[in-house]
Amino acid sequence: MLRIPCPHCGVRDYTEFRYAGDASKSRPSLEITDVKTWHDHVFLFDNPKGMHQEYWQHVQGCRQWLVLERDTSTNTVSRAWFARQGKSS
Amino acid sequence: MTGTRLTKGGRIDRSATLQFQLEGRRFTGYAGDTLASALLANGIRVFGRSFKYHRPRGILASGIQEPNALMTVGTGSRRIPNLPATSVELYDGLVCERQNGWPSVDFDIGSVFGLFARFLSAGFYYKTFIGPTRGSWMFYERWIRRAAGLGRATHEPDSARYDHRHHHTDVLVIGSGPAGLAAALAAGRAGSRVLLVEQDSMAGGSLLDSPIGTDDDQLRSALLAQLVALPTVQILTHTSVFGLYDGLAAGMVERRPVIQGVSAPSEVLHIVRANQIIHATGALEQPLLFGNNDRPGVMLAGAVRAHLHRYALRLGDEVVVVTNHDSAWSAAFDLADAGARVTVVDERPAPNADLLQGAKDRAIAVRVHTVATRVFGSNGVKALEVRDAESGAVARIACDLVAMSGGWIPTVQLTTHGGVRTVFNPTLGVHVAGPMAAGQSIAGAASGDPTDPLKQGHAVGVRAAQALGFSADAGLAPESAWSSVPLMTTRTSASLPAQSKVFIDFQSDVTLSDMHVSLEDGFESPEHLKRYTALGMATDQGKSSHYNGLTTLSALRGQAMGALGTTTHRPPYTPVTVGVLAGRSVGLHFRATRRTPMHEWHMANGVTMIEAGPWFRPWYYRWAGADVGSAYIEEMRVVRSRVGLSDVSSLGKIELTGPDVGIFLDRVYVNGFSSLAVGKARYGVMLNDDGTVLDDGTTARLGEHRYFLTTTTAQAGEVMSWLEFLLQTVWPDLRVQAVSVTDRWAAMSLAGPYARDVLARALPEIDVSNAALPHMGVMERQIGEMPVRIGRLSFSGELAYEVYVPADYGVGMWEHLLAVGADVGIRPYGLEALASLRIEKGHVAGIELDHRNTLRDLGLGKMGSRAKSYIGRALSERSELVDTQRWSLVGLELVEPAGKLRGGAILFAKDEPIQGHGRGYITSVTWSTVHERLIALALYRGGLNHVGEEIVCAYPLRGEQVRARIVSPMFIDPAGERLHA
Ligand SMILES: [Zn+2]
Repeated sequence: MLRIPCPHCGVRDYTEFRYAGDASKSRPSLEITDVKTWHDHVFLFDNPKGMHQEYWQHVQGCRQWLVLERDTSTNTVSRAWFARQGKSS
Repeated sequence: MTGTRLTKGGRIDRSATLQFQLEGRRFTGYAGDTLASALLANGIRVFGRSFKYHRPRGILASGIQEPNALMTVGTGSRRIPNLPATSVELYDGLVCERQNGWPSVDFDIGSVFGLFARFLSAGFYYKTFIGPTRGSWMFYERWIRRAAGLGRATHEPDSARYDHRHHHTDVLVIGSGPAGLAAALAAGRAGSRVLLVEQDSMAGGSLLDSPIGTDDDQLRSALLAQLVALPTVQILTHTSVFGLYDGLAAGMVERRPVIQGVSAPSEVLHIVRANQIIHATGALEQPLLFGNNDRPGVMLAGAVRAHLHRYALRLGDEVVVVTNHDSAWSAAFDLADAGARVTVVDERPAPNADLLQGAKDRAIAVRVHTVATRVFGSNGVKALEVRDAESGAVARIACDLVAMSGGWIPTVQLTTHGGVRTVFNPTLGVHVAGPMAAGQSIAGAASGDPTDPLKQGHAVGVRAAQALGFSADAGLAPESAWSSVPLMTTRTSASLPAQSKVFIDFQSDVTLSDMHVSLEDGFESPEHLKRYTALGMATDQGKSSHYNGLTTLSALRGQAMGALGTTTHRPPYTPVTVGVLAGRSVGLHFRATRRTPMHEWHMANGVTMIEAGPWFRPWYYRWAGADVGSAYIEEMRVVRSRVGLSDVSSLGKIELTGPDVGIFLDRVYVNGFSSLAVGKARYGVMLNDDGTVLDDGTTARLGEHRYFLTTTTAQAGEVMSWLEFLLQTVWPDLRVQAVSVTDRWAAMSLAGPYARDVLARALPEIDVSNAALPHMGVMERQIGEMPVRIGRLSFSGELAYEVYVPADYGVGMWEHLLAVGADVGIRPYGLEALASLRIEKGHVAGIELDHRNTLRDLGLGKMGSRAKSYIGRALSERSELVDTQRWSLVGLELVEPAGKLRGGAILFAKDEPIQGHGRGYITSVTWSTVHERLIALALYRGGLNHVGEEIVCAYPLRGEQVRARIVSPMFIDPAGERLHA
């Protein structure tokens, strides 16, 4: 069972969280109306082996959105921080 | 073999006699017996029929390793099939039966005629059911269904109770043999919290297989006494670790002893989160390969010895012990000491001199450099044929029990789950765990290291505790005269006679000739062989077959074991019942249920509830009719002609505060909200990033910086999470707080021509006149202690108000409105009527908001603001999404006097053939009390361009086709006169 170190609540089971995909991508501004830019953001994802930054929300806890660094080949979690603090903290 | 129960010895309680039944026959056993030992003591030798060939099978092993003796235990709703008799503890009143025999296990027609053998050789399924002969499944099916199988499960709901428990521990020690006991003791003394888990009914592991009073037994007692005295150590017996998972989490099942008349959970799922895991899982003894090695009376030598010392059973009078290493000799010695006539057949030319002397002292006949070739006898052993490896001379030894041992392999299934690959150790001739992953260690026979397991266990226990910062004195390793654990040696399995069946996998019925077939057909790698022959794929997970499969493959291919690779072990290590995984999460408790504040009132007043997501919502009330079909129409009539009251508390409610809420909502919704006046509400729609509709609802502006947003019941959680995502990750600079207040407010909808009349009389303190509270107006007031929010919002198309009070006031307000409205005929109405009223009004709801439809598809295209950007706008402009031929919202009315419109019906143009996906489908259907006919909302290609056309609604499941006309989805009051009344 993946265990996630929530910076607010401590280490918790991943079943308390929801996953929301790649956190390393930059979301286009709403002012951008170019379909291809949005298409690539919404539909195209890398599937990297190794360290990956991803969004998780502690839905059954503090409700905070976190960025988690997880190694996709070993499922080990190195660190997590509040997403509101930015891409790397 | 006669199965003599010895008059003394063993770990059974002869003063506690237990009654039990096998297929209607009554037997007795003792406390401490397993079902297997009790049946053996009663002379039962055939425990079942094999999976494919229906060969009679007896006990091979002890404990969870047993592949043959799968039995069905219990009756009625407590009937559990496929339990190894060797791991079922006997209890008073146990009822059991053997499996897979027809007409009976003792006389099986399939076996007598060998009916099934030719059908079920390796690759049978692949060869027969793929390609041109695949139609032959129909021919073979009834044979295979009868032939190949395990026990039958009950069809009754499971009446057993199950529980879940969670543990957090510093050190989890798996296995309570000498290594595990020493590890737990060291880690516990060092100060860490220890959970020691044992699948057997008693702790001790291999120490239990020695007689009471011996050194092994005294060591066990001494270590256990010290462990029990440590407050940091918890011991769980009867508990199998079935899997290791990420984050050093372990899944384990505890089997609770059955006590007649006591209702207690029969199994408990323990979920353990550990900081260190110590594997002390021991080793599994492996069979030898010779002809008919599956006959009842051919057993593993260790199992024979375990039954002798633990259950006081001498399972043979004339015993041949056949082996290739030292450990089986102790079984030979102990059997001879217990009075059996014993012959040892050892493959090695020169076993060590101490063994030979020991045999001589006990008058044991010894044949060295000799191998077993085949067994004679079918329901039991009559003789063993052996061959001198040097001269080739063949001899036949009369016997009633064959105790075999091909060596021991480390139990590394769980370390593999934990991410540790196995590596071949050429010195030992077995696969052992490779370098351990962080937080895990291994000790004792499981490690492949044959030296003193007490020292090993102590060392890993100390290290595990120290790694966690516990440094109290762990003391010295326990001392014991330890004889080394014999591990598997290399084998001679390739030179075997072909005239009789040599079983490699007893449970899957895989023979040596199946392996030849697999290789001839080109399935040569371990992974291919496994799938082609089903080797190691049965419920015992290959505990006594996987390794013989590999060594045989190695010999047949002439390839070294190390170069061969191996298959991957996956959970579960031991079978797990579905019941224990479900635990108490069954029926209503399958997931959390949510009830509105007025739930109890509804229940007391004739409601029939319906589940809507996690919510229980009133479906219809008995005042209106006996079933939903008549009741909802009556409820609709009351709303259209008088006034009704409906519980809408399950709507998602989100309170948004802060100076930037308006800006935020402008981005989230397709329409504008910063321009909304205080005291007003607006209907809003939000899109997904991909341009499809996410949700809809009304949002009110309660103050300059305060908004109250509602969502559909179904999407409440999703929308809340989405808003939090946007605020925390995309626009953390926006000064907005979002809080879910769904549970805080009771909400009710008062709808119908008399709605204002009732509301005004119910709340005389508040001016709810048309001028003070126009359509889409919202007000917040205080009545005494009670805050109340009233919005003039309508889902039904009638004059309607949503009334919000704090949850605790919900029932009071609900009853008050009903009492005041009694004189004008107010009635409660349920979800079915609510949903039908909105269909008449042409409002979309959850079923149309399926994340595939765009604003335009739903007839809401005009809502999208041109003046601002909002989420989903860019991708909603994709050419595919603006195509005018998309399926979009229309109304339908039935044009036939009889017939039905049905949700899900597929729509076709009038004269086209009824085939394929059609031009759309019906989403929602209701009886219209206004039009006195069936109407529907539907998605139809080209949408409202086809108004007036007659189409065909096909419902192939019932073979129905009815004609309907496309109309505007707004079936009533298109000008909104009722709303503004
Ligand atoms: Zn948290």
